[in-house]
Amino acid sequence: MNKNVTVQVCMGTGGMAAGGAEVLAAFESLMKEKDIPAEFRRECSLHKVGCRGLCAKDVLVDIIVDGTRTTYQYIKPDMVQRIIDEHITGGNPVAEWQVADDYHKFHEKQVKVVLSDCGTIDPEDIDSYRGAEGYQAIRKVFTSMSPEEVIEVMKKSGLRGRGGAGFPTGVKWEACRKASGDQKYIICNADEGDPGAFMDRAVIEGNPHAVIEGMVIGAYAIGASKGYVYIRAEYPLAVERLTIAIKAARECGFLGENIFDTGFAFDIKIKLGAGAFVCGEETALIASIEGQRGMPRAKPPFPVHNGLWGRPTVINNVETLANIPYIIKRGPEWFSAYGTEKSKGTKVFALTGKVKNTGLIEVPMGITLREIIYDIGGGIENNKKLKAVQTGGPSGGCITDEMLDINVDYESLARVGSIVGSGGMIVLDEDDCMVNVAKYFLNFTRDESCGKCVPCRIGTKRLLEILDRITKGLGREGDIELLEKLSGDIKSASLCGLGQTAPNPVLSTIKYFREEYEAHIREKKCPSKACRDLLTYSILKDFCVGCGACMRACPAAAITGEKKKPHTINDEACIKCGSCFDVCKFKAVNRE
Amino acid sequence: MMMKITIDGKSIEVPQGTTVLEAARMLDIAIPTLCHHPKLTPFGGCRLCIVEIKGIPRPVTSCTTPASEGMEVTTSTPRIKDLRKTVLELILSDHPNDCMVCERAGDCTLQEMAYAYGIRENRFAGERRIYTKRDGNPFLERDMEKCILCGRCVKVCDEVQGVGAIDFTYRGFQSKICPPYEEDLDCEFCGQCVAVCPTGALAGKMWSHKGRQKGVREVDTICSYCGTGCNITLHVKGNEVIRVTSREDTWNEGWLCVKGRFGYQFINNPDRLAKPLIKRDGKFEEASWDETLEYVGKRLNEIKASHGPDAIGGLSSARCTNEENYAFQKMLRAGVGTNNVDHCARL
Repeated sequence: MNKNVTVQVCMGTGGMAAGGAEVLAAFESLMKEKDIPAEFRRECSLHKVGCRGLCAKDVLVDIIVDGTRTTYQYIKPDMVQRIIDEHITGGNPVAEWQVADDYHKFHEKQVKVVLSDCGTIDPEDIDSYRGAEGYQAIRKVFTSMSPEEVIEVMKKSGLRGRGGAGFPTGVKWEACRKASGDQKYIICNADEGDPGAFMDRAVIEGNPHAVIEGMVIGAYAIGASKGYVYIRAEYPLAVERLTIAIKAARECGFLGENIFDTGFAFDIKIKLGAGAFVCGEETALIASIEGQRGMPRAKPPFPVHNGLWGRPTVINNVETLANIPYIIKRGPEWFSAYGTEKSKGTKVFALTGKVKNTGLIEVPMGITLREIIYDIGGGIENNKKLKAVQTGGPSGGCITDEMLDINVDYESLARVGSIVGSGGMIVLDEDDCMVNVAKYFLNFTRDESCGKCVPCRIGTKRLLEILDRITKGLGREGDIELLEKLSGDIKSASLCGLGQTAPNPVLSTIKYFREEYEAHIREKKCPSKACRDLLTYSILKDFCVGCGACMRACPAAAITGEKKKPHTINDEACIKCGSCFDVCKFKAVNRE
Repeated sequence: MMMKITIDGKSIEVPQGTTVLEAARMLDIAIPTLCHHPKLTPFGGCRLCIVEIKGIPRPVTSCTTPASEGMEVTTSTPRIKDLRKTVLELILSDHPNDCMVCERAGDCTLQEMAYAYGIRENRFAGERRIYTKRDGNPFLERDMEKCILCGRCVKVCDEVQGVGAIDFTYRGFQSKICPPYEEDLDCEFCGQCVAVCPTGALAGKMWSHKGRQKGVREVDTICSYCGTGCNITLHVKGNEVIRVTSREDTWNEGWLCVKGRFGYQFINNPDRLAKPLIKRDGKFEEASWDETLEYVGKRLNEIKASHGPDAIGGLSSARCTNEENYAFQKMLRAGVGTNNVDHCARL
């Protein structure tokens, strides 16, 4: 049996966390065992592949036998033997472990540009990327295009910064090209820090060479000889793969003194960030590379004129850079065919929250939110009701279920008070309290404020305090107006983007869910039953059979009662943990 | 290159690189500031100096914005005033507000701002940072609860003094200015940070409870510690010097060293020599200056006559000026006739 077999194991951070390394090791060791014919083993190749998006179903394994691909989900090391026996040796794929319809539906409406090679190429092998037309874009650029032509292509493509602000990449490059300076820099911003967002990490882990290639093209266009990748140290796998990739690119001559014999010199250095969210702000990022405290400074001057070490500098986000090789290879018209009038191309989102298929998705700009949540995401978990979608992370806002047919692009989301941002997308259902959601994000921005300017440093703290008292039933009449006033002032008076957008989650939840705030303040009730301090538990006498389950579960000994007679909860002793509610089989515990 | 900028309807031509704040001050237009210091690089942290510029939707800080040709600036609108009031309230919501007993009351920019904007109630009252005072040094009192993180102390230490003893640490609301690893301050104790601090966060330890403004006279003089001759201002209550400062409009620009700023206790020390003493029969006796100088001259002549000029030596002081030291060696070389002349700084 001479078969051509390829085993692909998902080894992104999600895959690794689910046990990808163990699964891969199981395949390796089991296939080496003597009962597998020698000729068979030789033709086997084991690839470590990057993220393919559907992290909820990890570990995902692809078995390609003579060109036929079968995808398995939720694979554990102890399942490997059966796959080898039945599928690879026996020729019958294990049907019950294969991915189902939702896996295919998850991919149907997606358009993969940035992620097109993620999940198929080996990120630690430069030849794997070259085999997928990798480094063809810089060949084209260095052999047939002037820097001005490259900039023209970028402008024509309509590519806008994927880090959040959406500034046209070509325009930024042109400004830096025209800025005077003996030394210029290009920086890749990989300081991804929005809670729940992992687009950039997945791109670097899955296809680091695309980012490097994008940087080389950018360097050529603006005339930079040095580049930095500012990446957070919390991404060890991404850093490792990027380090391997830079070394390999250097050995192949794609980085170094004389790229493609043009005399153009460019090299990349990795700078590890120490986990400060604010260092994603470009002036703070520059300060951090320079060895200073990561604090933003006022703009102007903008980094394209006065950036790293005072020299003209372009800072592009990971996803932006990863788009560039594909735009060069396939042309700006191909790219701009995707998307809307002002938002071109595709965007990667980290779809998380109460949606069935959580994971990484890439969709054309302008797709509706409904398509993302119901077609790609498979709808809401446990058939609950969708309440809102939070986009843009701590700088973003909420979109309600009534606005689901909105197009996901820069302008449309901005119109309803949210943003595309770097691509976080959190789905909230009826159990999510919107005051709590705002509190969650404010807690984050309060911690991550650099401390330089007053409105952000103290203002976010005060917003959080007001939100906190509302969720604890201590809200006062006028608190909503105070939140609105303070939010507006923080937005107007803060120094950098962090402070200027930090109140957005507050303003947006007040705008669309004001009645939830009012219920907390006036009735001291949380309509979503999420705010612990506002809940009261009681036992419904008619339903209670006196089984004692709640009494045993109660950690505060707040429940008393005789056997087979209705129990009661002592309100003063109750710590509102909800254990009784969870254990009661007779729905006799009332929570309100 | 000069550029014309209009602020509150008044126009002025300023050189390139001038900030909007500097231009406004040239026009005598007052813009409130806390973190700005004319001798330090702009920071843009306190946000009080925000102004509106035609064509820019968001208020900008005048201290960091360079003036550009044709720029039209409005420094005070209801919106700007309202934002400044919010910012001040936020600062005061995280401040002990104990002006009654604060060393810097009356000499505090924050207090002055709160007064100017009439802030009494605080809409944003909430948790305050609580820190214990702990420095062991005899010069600097750091009360970090009063610190508004304007960064002036950090900048003066780095940019003027070249020491860098302190910097920002932590993030967000917990941000704090302190020496590395939060250890006790161990620096030159020049007190430049005290001089630029706009609040009561930094003060002289020996100032404590000696007096603030009431009944305090300011006497301008020259520091006697060395030949540099820094201008200092003695704050005198009764006949006691209770504080030393230096004015910014002097040639030393208000900068002083630890001796000039904090070494003033000798003035009122009972051990201080206020009159010359002559030792007679093994005992020092007070004498007048005329008597003393006559005695010194007489003895020098006697020694020179009986033992030769090289039996005499002169030791001068670093506290004298160059001119004084020149005159001293001239007196010994030309007057006495010896090269035996030296200086305490060389020992």
